[in-house]
Amino acid sequence: MRELTYLEALNEALSSAMERSNDVFLLGEDIGAYGGAFGVTKGLLQEFGADRVIDTPISEAAIVGAALGASLLGMKPVAEIMYMDFLPISMDQLVTHAAKLYYMSGGQLKAGLVLRTQYSLGRAHGAQHSEFLPAWFLQAPGLKVVAPSTPHDAKGLLNASLKEKGPVLFVECAMLYKSKGDVPEGYYEVPLGKADVKRQGGDMTIVAISRMVPEALAAAERLAEKGIDAEVIDPRTIQPLDRKTIIDSVSKTGRLLIASDDMKTGGVGAEIAATVFEEAFDRLKAPLSRVCSPDLPIPFASPLEKEYMPSSEKVEKAALELAKW
Amino acid sequence: MNDIVTVGTTTPTELKGLGIPDEKLKSILRKMVLARRFEEKVEELYLKMALITGPCHLYLGMEAIAAGAAEALTVDDYVLATYRGHGHAVTRDAPLDKVFAELMGRVDGTCKGLGGSMHAATWTEKKLMLATAIVGSNIPIAAGMGLAVKKKGLDAVVVAYFGDGAVNSGSFNEGVNLAAVWKVPAIFVCENNQYAMSLPEARGVASKSIAERAAAYDIPTFVADGNDPVSVYRAMKEARGICRRGDGPCFIEARTYRMKGHGIYDKADYRPSDEVREWAGKDPIAMFSKLLVDQKVLSEKEYGDMRSTIDNEIEAAVKKARASPYPEFSTLQGMVYPE
Ligand SMILES: Cc1ncc(C[n+]2csc(CCOP(=O)(O)OP(=O)(O)O)c2C)c(N)n1
Repeated sequence: MRELTYLEALNEALSSAMERSNDVFLLGEDIGAYGGAFGVTKGLLQEFGADRVIDTPISEAAIVGAALGASLLGMKPVAEIMYMDFLPISMDQLVTHAAKLYYMSGGQLKAGLVLRTQYSLGRAHGAQHSEFLPAWFLQAPGLKVVAPSTPHDAKGLLNASLKEKGPVLFVECAMLYKSKGDVPEGYYEVPLGKADVKRQGGDMTIVAISRMVPEALAAAERLAEKGIDAEVIDPRTIQPLDRKTIIDSVSKTGRLLIASDDMKTGGVGAEIAATVFEEAFDRLKAPLSRVCSPDLPIPFASPLEKEYMPSSEKVEKAALELAKW
Repeated sequence: MNDIVTVGTTTPTELKGLGIPDEKLKSILRKMVLARRFEEKVEELYLKMALITGPCHLYLGMEAIAAGAAEALTVDDYVLATYRGHGHAVTRDAPLDKVFAELMGRVDGTCKGLGGSMHAATWTEKKLMLATAIVGSNIPIAAGMGLAVKKKGLDAVVVAYFGDGAVNSGSFNEGVNLAAVWKVPAIFVCENNQYAMSLPEARGVASKSIAERAAAYDIPTFVADGNDPVSVYRAMKEARGICRRGDGPCFIEARTYRMKGHGIYDKADYRPSDEVREWAGKDPIAMFSKLLVDQKVLSEKEYGDMRSTIDNEIEAAVKKARASPYPEFSTLQGMVYPE
């Protein structure tokens, strides 16, 4: 199989979706000649023209609102919001409108748009350009939230997102754009709401999100050398969350560690923890453990940011503690 | 709609008749050179020495705006900058070593190293009230700050800088409208360098001009030559006067060009090369220094001395900044909620 980067896999999914259907079009800031702030849409303007790869002004509310409008007439817009930190500007269109329209209209309206964005934690981008905010969108029923960790999943999940009839928030990770992995040539989907067991193990369950998946896998290899066999689960979609795969794994291992780049308080990890407490409390052999970002705005200076961030080393350390129970 | 007042490019014959003291003109030139040399140093520290990291947006080519405007303001006026704010910081006399230290993430930086390049122009001692990385977001903030200035009866105006791209944000429209309805002393300065990252003004702004869009809010609107500091200075003086009479807010569109890419790594190949060449021929510092020397405001020798003094100041500031350590992680928790 060929290896592609996470970024190339996304580009391929977009370009083949545009080939398959004229209803698919892209809109966002600097996605045309510039190729997207991170290069994900590179070449697509040349291939599909300015009618289908639309550079927009800096108007986040209008980008999402316009995508929503076009989706109501059956088109399939893929909007890009350059940094996840700029999503709050379009929150009204995304959460108050797109997410609820199907429900509020008694099933008449379908907002089948895909909203791509990325988070840049780990690149010294400072407190207004680094945030990972998935939990903000968990209280928006109707909105699905996707966070791929591998090139394979990035392409398959984007393909599946493009088939959704409702809105999908697709969160990429800038630190993963250059990561490589096997990606099938043809069309395939990775279904939304289905977790992937990235590593089998019997001693503890590590549920890792986005960038923390490769970090957790690296930690698991080192843990294995120390005789601890960790299972690593990547939910891949945060909403809907594949609770069953997590519960099944915890039932087997009796220990849970959650690793995610978002902040601890009210984060994705809190939701996963509550789920396991509700449904598998009796199978836990130890208190669960979370490796996430502290409740602080992200510091700018690289050494501080490094200290701030969850990492493979922090996962390993927490896992060693957990294994003592 | 309010008339749009164009403040033309200063002609050599005009200069003396404007009654601007020579000392003021020299100070403007000094600020322009300072902003230029500062950014050239930043480029070196970033690309060659890797002492600066993260996003970094240079002010090269736009010096006439910050320098001209700064000279028309008082120390009591408030300034709100953006991620392209180094030029605003140094022309507003923020300590050079502190701005450099901020770019390096050091504890002695303007924001204790917690902001970085995009927020380095925050230095409240000089009433640099914030530098934002979210395009357009300082505009409504200026409206509210203007309201406070008015309510408190302060002798000050609030100046918000932003680019041509920012006028397409909801924040621009909401913020300018609110300031206009409230008649607060805020001056909105659009530094129109003609590109929002890769998007040319013509493909982002549907109105005939940005000034027209502002004038539609029925506020006094000026168009200045953004490569001529005297033009900017005069527009700003005028606007400040209007604001202080209680007739504000005002809007200034200053057209200019950024010499390089959007950020330090942007090659900017989306710009036509003849356009880049044309604007390179309009270097604001080359033009203004020539004007001042030709008009005998200062001699070649004085100009040379000015530049070497600035070079020395920059070197000393870098040295001091480099000696500053990173902040301690353990102190961050105490920074989240104000005491
Ligand atoms: C709300 C928001 N959207 C997008 C961006 C990404 N971005 C940063 S600067 C920029 C271009 C801004 O152009 P302009 O307002 O003309 O100012 P200039 O950079 O030219 O000074 C963009 C798109 C951002 N920082 N904030």
